[in-house]
Amino acid sequence: MNPPNWLRAIGRVSLWVWAVFGLLFLFTPILVTVIYSFNEPTGKYNYVWNKFSLSGWTDPFKYPELTDALIFSLKIAVVVTVIATVLGTLMGLAMVKYKFRAKGTIGAILILPLTMPEIVLGFSLLTLFVSINWSRGFLTIVIAQVMFSVSYVATTVRARIRGFDWRLEEASLDLGASALRTFYKVTLPLIAPGVVAAAMLTFALSLDDFIITYLNSGLDNTFPIQIWNMKRSKIPVQINVFSTALLIISIVLAALLVIFNNRRAQKLAGLSDS
Amino acid sequence: MTSPTAADLSAPVIEIDHVVKRFGEFVAVDDVDFSIGQGEFFSMLGPSGCGKTTTLRMIAGFEQPTSGAVRLDGVDVSKVPPNKRDVNTVFQQYALFPHMNVFDNVAFGPQSKNVDKATIKKRVTEMLEVVRLTDFASRRPAQLSGGQQQRVALARALVNLPKALLLDEPLGALDLKLRHAMQFELKRIQREVGITFVYVTHDQEEALTMSDRIAVMSDGRVEQIGTPAEIYDNPASEFVAGFIGQANLWPATVTEHTTGTTRVTALGGACLGGSCGDSTLAVGSMATLMVRPERISISLTQPTSETGVDQSVNATVSDLAFQGPIVRLALEAADGSPIIANVDPDADLPLLRPGDSVWASWTQSAACVLPSAPNQQPQLLED
Repeated sequence: MNPPNWLRAIGRVSLWVWAVFGLLFLFTPILVTVIYSFNEPTGKYNYVWNKFSLSGWTDPFKYPELTDALIFSLKIAVVVTVIATVLGTLMGLAMVKYKFRAKGTIGAILILPLTMPEIVLGFSLLTLFVSINWSRGFLTIVIAQVMFSVSYVATTVRARIRGFDWRLEEASLDLGASALRTFYKVTLPLIAPGVVAAAMLTFALSLDDFIITYLNSGLDNTFPIQIWNMKRSKIPVQINVFSTALLIISIVLAALLVIFNNRRAQKLAGLSDS
Repeated sequence: MTSPTAADLSAPVIEIDHVVKRFGEFVAVDDVDFSIGQGEFFSMLGPSGCGKTTTLRMIAGFEQPTSGAVRLDGVDVSKVPPNKRDVNTVFQQYALFPHMNVFDNVAFGPQSKNVDKATIKKRVTEMLEVVRLTDFASRRPAQLSGGQQQRVALARALVNLPKALLLDEPLGALDLKLRHAMQFELKRIQREVGITFVYVTHDQEEALTMSDRIAVMSDGRVEQIGTPAEIYDNPASEFVAGFIGQANLWPATVTEHTTGTTRVTALGGACLGGSCGDSTLAVGSMATLMVRPERISISLTQPTSETGVDQSVNATVSDLAFQGPIVRLALEAADGSPIIANVDPDADLPLLRPGDSVWASWTQSAACVLPSAPNQQPQLLED
């Protein structure tokens, strides 16, 4: 029996309410960050709305320790993204392409960093670094972040290349290309969307990571750690400015990636002229 | 081009020297041994799983023989990787590079070998002319029809001027009409470029139409190698007789060998002879008598020697079907064995009905006595 019309109407309305509520729940914190980047706080803490101002945007580098931390974070993110993307992509390829012993075990180990509590990973790494007497800093942060990022990259790449036609590699070899040339000219261009998506994910994860990085950073401060440290004395509007800027950059990059992938998919499917 | 009967095998392009390929316990290719001459159109024909594709992949270099050797122009290449071998493959589903246009697909081989740009452009343009795709150079593979993709795959392989072109069921993905057109196209291209073609197919008609020679394969072994006519008229085994075209295959007992003839009893005691087949079968042993349906003629009375036929048996009509160019008659011999005869619809025959008694006759030269296939009831095999 069909539900009566009034019940359907209520259903429609409540679906909308839920949807709006859900989106608000997700986006309010981000929206607050953006709005408060235009605030002129009365004290040292950018917690209460005072009045609209562009002071944060016109003078974003007012606190050198914050700027330095952001640059440091970006440096780490670049290095981690490069290393983790290369390693993770090769792992993902190997997991799909080859049959080998312990493949299942390696697959399980790959998932582990995604499911284990960060505090456990971070602390065990710290224990390791202390026990072998490594001073913490740039290198240990990179190692720590690469460790978990590789899992994300391998898992993403693996999922994206399931349907890859391996005979294309045979065709390339057959035409006289070396294994290396086959990889650069055939395999890599075709799996590129998956690799780029994985790289962007890694970059975001690296910028954002706090717990593992905090435990293994020594005296060096990444952007999230710097905010954490500053919060005892001040929360300047520049934090919101940088965060908003990063947000805009990542939205633009993601949008570009979607557009690029759609065009490419159309080309490969023969829907538009190349 | 080499004439179909006289492939020049004094300096073969490809030699398969007692090659065995095992995958674990499974023997995919079992002691295959043959040579392919310069400019030959050579087919490996057989049902799926007969080892033809594995043999082709060993020539290409994607598989290594477990034992034996593959030689190209006399040089053992068994351990040479595919990118260092002077042969090229046309893959079953073409395996064109989807992210490159037609020109770049065809140019991929010469580019990999560091040929200079001007030469590449010239050779690719020429090859696109040969396969008649000049106007499609900037298209992506996905924008082409199946037949066009097929020709890109051909051009991409042939532009490297390989010692041999390996084709793995290249027409399998095309519909019937296009397949027939492409068969002629392939022959034309092969004549034009003069390169040895090694063609893998399970389609006997395709192999008969195009090949200079055919190797019929079954269960990893070569059953027979010969020209299409040799294989059709003088099959070496029951399997070959049944796989290529249609054949009547009757159980028989060998009674006598005379010059050029093996005499047998078959079809309920009739004394019959065969001019071809295996003349070494022991007297008294079980054999199979083969006659092609189109070689059988039908009459109401027993034919006399004046009619030119020398073999005849009495049979009952069980079914008849008009099939356009032929009428297909199903008969039953005295012992219940089925006899299939394809007769010309214009033949001077009275109206036959099931149950009518007729004489089926043929000349002895149309009959072959073949060794019985082990573990297999002789039966009428069809394509």
